[in-house]
Amino acid sequence: MNRSMQALESGWKCAVQTARLCCGVPDYDAYVKHLREHHPEREVPDYKAFFRERQEARYKGTGGRCC
Amino acid sequence: MQAVMPAPIPVRPSPAARILWVAIAIVGAFCLGVVALRRGEPINAIWLVAASISIFVIGYRYYGKFIEHSVLKLDPTRAPPSVLRNDGLDYVPTDKWVVFGHHFAAIAGAGPLVGPVLAAQMGYLPGTLWILFGVVFAGAVQDFMILGLSLRRDARSLGHMLREELGPVAGVVAMFGVLVLMMIVLAVLALVVVKALTHSPWGTFTVAATIPIALLMGVYLRWFRPGKILEVSIIGLVLLLASIAFGKTVADSATLAPLFDFDAKALAWLLIAYGFCASVLPVWLLLAPRDYLSTFLKIGTIALLALAIFLSAPTLQMPAVTKFIDGSGPVFQGGLFPFLFITIACGAVSGWHSIIASGTTPKLLANEGQARLVGYGGMLMEAFVAIMALIAASSLHPGVYFAMNSPAAIIGSTVQDAATTISQWGFVVTPDELLQTAKNIGESSILGRAGGAPTLAVGMAQLLHNIIPGGSMMAFWYHYAILFEALFILTTVDAGTRVGRFMIQEIAGLIHKPLQETKSWAGNLLATAICVGLWGYFLYQGAVDPLGGINTLWPLFGIANQMLAAIALMLATVVVVKLKRERYVLVPGIPAIWLIVCTMVAGWEKLSGPISFTAAAQKYAQAMQDGKLLAPAKTPAAMQQIVTNNYVDMALTGLFMLLIVAMLGFSLRALIRAWQTNHPTAHEEPYVALSSVAN
Repeated sequence: MNRSMQALESGWKCAVQTARLCCGVPDYDAYVKHLREHHPEREVPDYKAFFRERQEARYKGTGGRCC
Repeated sequence: MQAVMPAPIPVRPSPAARILWVAIAIVGAFCLGVVALRRGEPINAIWLVAASISIFVIGYRYYGKFIEHSVLKLDPTRAPPSVLRNDGLDYVPTDKWVVFGHHFAAIAGAGPLVGPVLAAQMGYLPGTLWILFGVVFAGAVQDFMILGLSLRRDARSLGHMLREELGPVAGVVAMFGVLVLMMIVLAVLALVVVKALTHSPWGTFTVAATIPIALLMGVYLRWFRPGKILEVSIIGLVLLLASIAFGKTVADSATLAPLFDFDAKALAWLLIAYGFCASVLPVWLLLAPRDYLSTFLKIGTIALLALAIFLSAPTLQMPAVTKFIDGSGPVFQGGLFPFLFITIACGAVSGWHSIIASGTTPKLLANEGQARLVGYGGMLMEAFVAIMALIAASSLHPGVYFAMNSPAAIIGSTVQDAATTISQWGFVVTPDELLQTAKNIGESSILGRAGGAPTLAVGMAQLLHNIIPGGSMMAFWYHYAILFEALFILTTVDAGTRVGRFMIQEIAGLIHKPLQETKSWAGNLLATAICVGLWGYFLYQGAVDPLGGINTLWPLFGIANQMLAAIALMLATVVVVKLKRERYVLVPGIPAIWLIVCTMVAGWEKLSGPISFTAAAQKYAQAMQDGKLLAPAKTPAAMQQIVTNNYVDMALTGLFMLLIVAMLGFSLRALIRAWQTNHPTAHEEPYVALSSVAN
């Protein structure tokens, strides 16, 4: 029971991630993890700010940049 | 720094697996045999579906794997760009199924739905065979190989790779081709919408309703619930379905209907004005919310179409091969060779994909070993969408199909004339049947609705109606299908205009620096106006075209798209030689040569001969000299316009041919040089072991 719930949950997470990526919004958790590991000095944006930045970047013809 | 790579160890398939693959091969061969050989009696679409799936899985398992291991020599131990340049935003190692979904959503657009519908005029067999074999040996090869090359080059773009491998001039020439192709794509897609909405108050109302719905979604997403894409998309979907239902009331109302009743010219102007406004507004307000809605609706509708075909298992009413393979067809002119291969681009092989396969996708793949699933497999999925579109069109009554897709200049503008002409072709249909079809879908007429979308919509409406019967359901499904196509076409037009604007601003910045500033309103408006003007010209030309527009512009689009595919495949060919894997040169080489031959022959036929733009221009010019007016022109100025339009199309065709010849020259030069060199000269990034960088 517990295992099937877990599978369902990870399946849903995967579906949400795909749907967001199709709209040009990458995985927020992965970005936060990346910032914490590689750029601890930088402030972590909240999802709202992250979402707005990505929305603008999608239609610029160029992707956003890390550094 | 050349590290020693472990050679991939070939795994011997187990006896059970061998039996399975033999079984799939036998099923596939049998189904294909039924599709290809049964004559005189209608066959069921399921044969076609089964044959396609068998061929796709065999192509994926054997040819895809061969390319992966022998031609590209992909290596799962090698670190891909997503790992090497991980920035948490653009370069992120991502689950392979998530990348697959993203890649498929990016490559599947209106193309695979329109081309096969137009090609159905030759019967279902030629189109099916070209899609099946085209995708396995050309389309999927192109997508997969470009993805593979980009993976080895820091996920660089097609343009960048062309510059590196073929030289700087070749890169500039190809990118110029891409800009022109983009303008043609936007014009043709917008024309599909115009054709679907002409004198259709119901359709026009629902498409117009998407604008306030998107604005509402944009505001909601900006201030009320930021970033809640799923939530806002569900709200948008409910409002869209409500607008389809309310559209019937609008169409039936004597006061409201005229407000949404436009002819082709007026619609073209409205779309041009809309395209201009939409691409200068902030993205969050209109473009982004519509993009979300259209992306989800697209995937949902493709799934719905698949479900409808499987559940209703329609009989194909179109003959396997019609007499129009001789080139006398009404939907598009020109014989089976080369025009079938130009008409069905997306679905069999599409140059656009090489831009996506060297865009976001290579930045996301977590491992080279997953490239076959995404690159080769993603394209097979698109081919399956094309097969479904072909089935939807072929399951219609052929009389209805030809009535919808033939220009008025050939079949006349009344149902009586149309029924008579089409019956003479051997597809017996009565005026009543045509009227009844129009009535079933809630429209006043089905004549002259070329462009694929309406035909597919009627086909889909009938399939869905078979599953869920009900009095007015067919009209609902028809307008749903129209809305779904219009929605994602308009999103493409918005986004394309924006990208075109940035390209133009960059070029303009070379002349006058301040114009480059993307935040300056003057530069912004000017570049947008130029971009909209470019595609708007071709759109308006289509709206006043004597043959209804699609007939004229679709071949131009096909030639341009296949030109880009030929360029991508030429790049792949050159790189294979540069890697000193000459024995595999024919893998990308044969499809490249095939596409060069098809585009050059098609281009030549469009330049000189009976179906050329030149002949059309001369016909109208001659009539003007004799002081006559030819339909649909009603004034000498309109006649002059048609002459000019045809000369522009002619010049454009010539330009595309020159581009191909130039790129062929660049490729041959690089190829010969690489052949004579006895060591690899490709610009690959050095090998970095995944185990040394992965965390």
